[in-house]
Amino acid sequence: MRPILLSGHERALTQVKYNRDGDLIFSVSKDQQICAWFAHNGERLGTYHGHVGAIWTIDVDPTSTILASGSADNTIRLWDIKTGKNLKTWEFPTAVKRVEFNSDGSQLLGVTEKRMGHLGTIVVLDVKIDVEAEQTDEKALTIVCDESKATVAGWSYLDKYIIAGHEDGSVSQYDGKSGDLNFNIQIHELDSPITDLQWSQDRTYFITASKDKTAKLITAKDLEILKTYPSDTPLNSAVITPKKDFVILGGGQAAMDVTTTSARQGKFEARFYHKIFEDEVGRVRGHFGPLNTVAADPTGKGYASGGEDGYVRVHQFDKGYFDFMYEVERERQNKLNQQ
Amino acid sequence: MAPSFDHLRDEDLDEEDFDMDEVDISDLREKYEVSLEQGYDTFVVVDGLPVVTEEQKPKLVKFLLKKLNTVGKAREDSIDMPMGPDGKSKQFAFVEYSTAAEAAAAVRQLDFTPLDKKHTLRVNKFTDIDRYGREGRVEEEYTAPEIPPFEEQEHLRSFMADPSGRGRDQFVMFRGDSVGVFWNNEKDQPENIVDRPHWTETFVQWSPLGTFLTSVHAQGVQLWGGASWSRKRRFAHPFVNLVAFSPNEKYMVTWSNRPISIPDEGHPSLSLDDDGKNYVIWDVETSKPIRSFAQLDTPTSVDENGAPRKQKLPWPAFKWSADDKYVARLNPGSSISVYELPRMNLLDKTAIKIDGVVDFDWAPATVQRDGVKTYEQLLSFWTPELGSNPAKVGLMTLPSKQVIRSLNLFSVSDVKLHWQSEGAYLCVKVDRHSKSKKSQATTLEIFRVKEKGVPVEVVDTIKDTVINFAWEPKGDRFVIITTTEPVGPTAVAPKTSVAFFCPEKAKGNAVGNFKHLRTLDKKNSNAIFWSPKGRFVLIGTIHNQQSADLDFYDLDFEGEKPESDKDLTANLQLMNTADHYGVTDVEWDPSGRYVATWASFWKHKLENGYHLYDFKGEQLREEPIEGFKQWQWRPRPATLLTKEEQKAIRKNLREYSRVFDQEDAERINSADVAVVQERRRLLEEWYAWRAQVEEELAEEREVLGLPADPVADLLNAKTAAIAPGQEEQIIEEIMEEVLEETEEIVN
Repeated sequence: MRPILLSGHERALTQVKYNRDGDLIFSVSKDQQICAWFAHNGERLGTYHGHVGAIWTIDVDPTSTILASGSADNTIRLWDIKTGKNLKTWEFPTAVKRVEFNSDGSQLLGVTEKRMGHLGTIVVLDVKIDVEAEQTDEKALTIVCDESKATVAGWSYLDKYIIAGHEDGSVSQYDGKSGDLNFNIQIHELDSPITDLQWSQDRTYFITASKDKTAKLITAKDLEILKTYPSDTPLNSAVITPKKDFVILGGGQAAMDVTTTSARQGKFEARFYHKIFEDEVGRVRGHFGPLNTVAADPTGKGYASGGEDGYVRVHQFDKGYFDFMYEVERERQNKLNQQ
Repeated sequence: MAPSFDHLRDEDLDEEDFDMDEVDISDLREKYEVSLEQGYDTFVVVDGLPVVTEEQKPKLVKFLLKKLNTVGKAREDSIDMPMGPDGKSKQFAFVEYSTAAEAAAAVRQLDFTPLDKKHTLRVNKFTDIDRYGREGRVEEEYTAPEIPPFEEQEHLRSFMADPSGRGRDQFVMFRGDSVGVFWNNEKDQPENIVDRPHWTETFVQWSPLGTFLTSVHAQGVQLWGGASWSRKRRFAHPFVNLVAFSPNEKYMVTWSNRPISIPDEGHPSLSLDDDGKNYVIWDVETSKPIRSFAQLDTPTSVDENGAPRKQKLPWPAFKWSADDKYVARLNPGSSISVYELPRMNLLDKTAIKIDGVVDFDWAPATVQRDGVKTYEQLLSFWTPELGSNPAKVGLMTLPSKQVIRSLNLFSVSDVKLHWQSEGAYLCVKVDRHSKSKKSQATTLEIFRVKEKGVPVEVVDTIKDTVINFAWEPKGDRFVIITTTEPVGPTAVAPKTSVAFFCPEKAKGNAVGNFKHLRTLDKKNSNAIFWSPKGRFVLIGTIHNQQSADLDFYDLDFEGEKPESDKDLTANLQLMNTADHYGVTDVEWDPSGRYVATWASFWKHKLENGYHLYDFKGEQLREEPIEGFKQWQWRPRPATLLTKEEQKAIRKNLREYSRVFDQEDAERINSADVAVVQERRRLLEEWYAWRAQVEEELAEEREVLGLPADPVADLLNAKTAAIAPGQEEQIIEEIMEEVLEETEEIVN
């Protein structure tokens, strides 16, 4: 599994995203630019200029037409993927830490930072997936997180709920339409921030990564913990792989401690766990800084990781990955084949 | 909130019904009562004297004075021996010393001094006699002390019986704030026996035979054991830092860097005599202190540059003979004090004077020397060069204090004494410097203690400085680590070489000369860990940032032996090399089957946790644990089987191992089956859940009137927009690949 090294960023990566077809990769970093790449060969398609602060987050609509990005310059911007044109800019009082399109791309949520007297919020914006259309200025919804600020958030199946992970390690479920808080559950250790939240393909369950060194698989409907993946390092990101039952965790010693440790001790590895059995099945080395973000190709062919070291590493899985099966899995497969 | 007048309520000020007489101040009176006994502190009462008449009295007084003056100053007229009306003495005397300190010393040192065969001196403080013997304190009628009924105690060696019948070993782990004892389960999660948070304040330690687990607290030391893990003993030594047991667990030494300070109200187990002391020797059986000692103020030595040398605390400060009969302490540069147990009296009442003595060590076992029938314990010591006198290594036998063998050495910069575990050999590692003091070399002087006349064999083929030496336990082979570079606090650990030595083959039972077997160069190794049963040795690099290799060697490899080694009693084979990043400690289990290595939180904060290997160096387990501090295998007492029984077992080993192999296989199989079943269950559960969720989702979609795939329409619309009316485009790419190239020569 020889990775493709994407070295287009000058500073730490913050998020990497595949489009729905898995042929494009979008990456954002603290160096204020968005890069678009071809997934199959790592060629750079282009960059998107306009932000004047570190970019924290990126998302692409399901038809790969429009890009949304959130930045420390307190804006969410929409971009025309094809031309690189900045279509729309929404201003907020604080930095935007996470954006995500809903399942049909008609709405966009944004998580804003708690700072300078402003409480952290989750805003919902109506979006038209049309590069020609006029985008509305109005927010469709604003959820204020007065307890602990949200660090990550996303849309559940049917856009029924908005699920948010908080700085105190808890997870909240909000009604997707009204924004009312349904409930809040302490999922991770108290006061270990949730650093990532990524969905299964049908958005009925999701995985959270936390600084408490664990990742957890949680149902969207009841916020029930299905699985726990323990590791030995604070985690920054976690993703569920499509097609095969794995999860990939990324993390590493916190950036401030790294100077005193060598790459050997930093645990800068992508870790593969079996989604159902919770066993660690493998690790992929390569980064020389903590992994800030991992993303899986929606078609199940590969994954990409972005590190504090400024590199994106794109991996195409090889045959061994697809062939690997636990005995009981093979047993089940054979049974299904017979039927 | 502190009470103050502002907050006083009216009812608090109500003094109407307050009666001075009702206040009980007896407790205060007792506490602050002025002690009237002051001034009698210089007096002692000497008891247990023989009956003498007026004529014999001066003789006795004179005799007594001799004894009394060994600890202080007493004059003839300061002894008052009351005579009865019958003209005979009353068997006691009052003695006045010049200072209270002398009186205290007399009580401490002269009490229980034998006078002759029939009489033993008892010396007590006059004030104590008054205090304990005052009217009302002693009952007129004698009542026999009540003997509590016998209580069955739990078996302290129950740990030897593994409930699973597999003879597993126990170990203690101290991680975070909790201490847990576990059964070693090889590859599997260790089986927890007991786990308690805050069981100890600093560290834990097994007693040498594994009977007790020692916990250390600010108030003192506690011992735990038995199946219930209840507290068995406590030794109240305030602010204790270190603990050491005698080899047979009979006695214990505790040390604190803070001198003991006995509070006014007294101490539960220590007395005023222990005030200002740092070391306490305890009887483990009774938990009573036997004797206490103050720290020796070692004169701060200076190195060549005149800077004060760093003082290293000598620990263990008190070294025990193998049979717990003697304990000795070094008085650096002058003598060795040997005390006899159980009374802790100085052997022959005087320390053994050895000018310049730097270090000493007891033989770790009671040695049966050739041709020696009487009881003896051996002790080795060394003295550096003093003026024109050579440096000396001596072997002394106790209790006779005779030096049975000594060795003169020149150009010595340092000496280390290494006893073999059975006391059969004593290797003296001599670091020598050249005349110019520029280069260093090491020779090994090996005393063959059990052979007649204690012959000394010299190994002087080593060119470099030896930084580590270790005998094979119960064997006659050894490993050394040498380095060409000077050992110092350098950032990069020096390159080292590991050398193996073994005796030559000899006729009969004799042990041949020690010969060099092999040297392995370009290593980083700095530590040697022999299996407690011998044969296998782990040589590793510990406390090192760069490397953490652990090499496992077999010295009795059963494969082919190289021709060059055919006269030697070893066949060396490297079995495996493991790597444990950041390893700080290594310990073999008492059976020699497993090795635990760990990275302790005390030494550094990186990747704390443990690894477990088998004796072949194959890793069985690896567990990173946050705040992992300590691991210690529980020692086992010596086997109860006779030599013959052990031989019989060894002979039938094949039989036994077949049974054990079978048991192991069965256990592993059943464990595997359990794992597979668990996985099958998880898999079923997951897919059942998925099916249910998918069904629910489809239903909900239908109710809401949504299409099955929300994005399909959008994508279709987009495709239409991009290429209106156009068919799908097919892009073909032709790849050429050279499969084979051959060259043919035409004509």
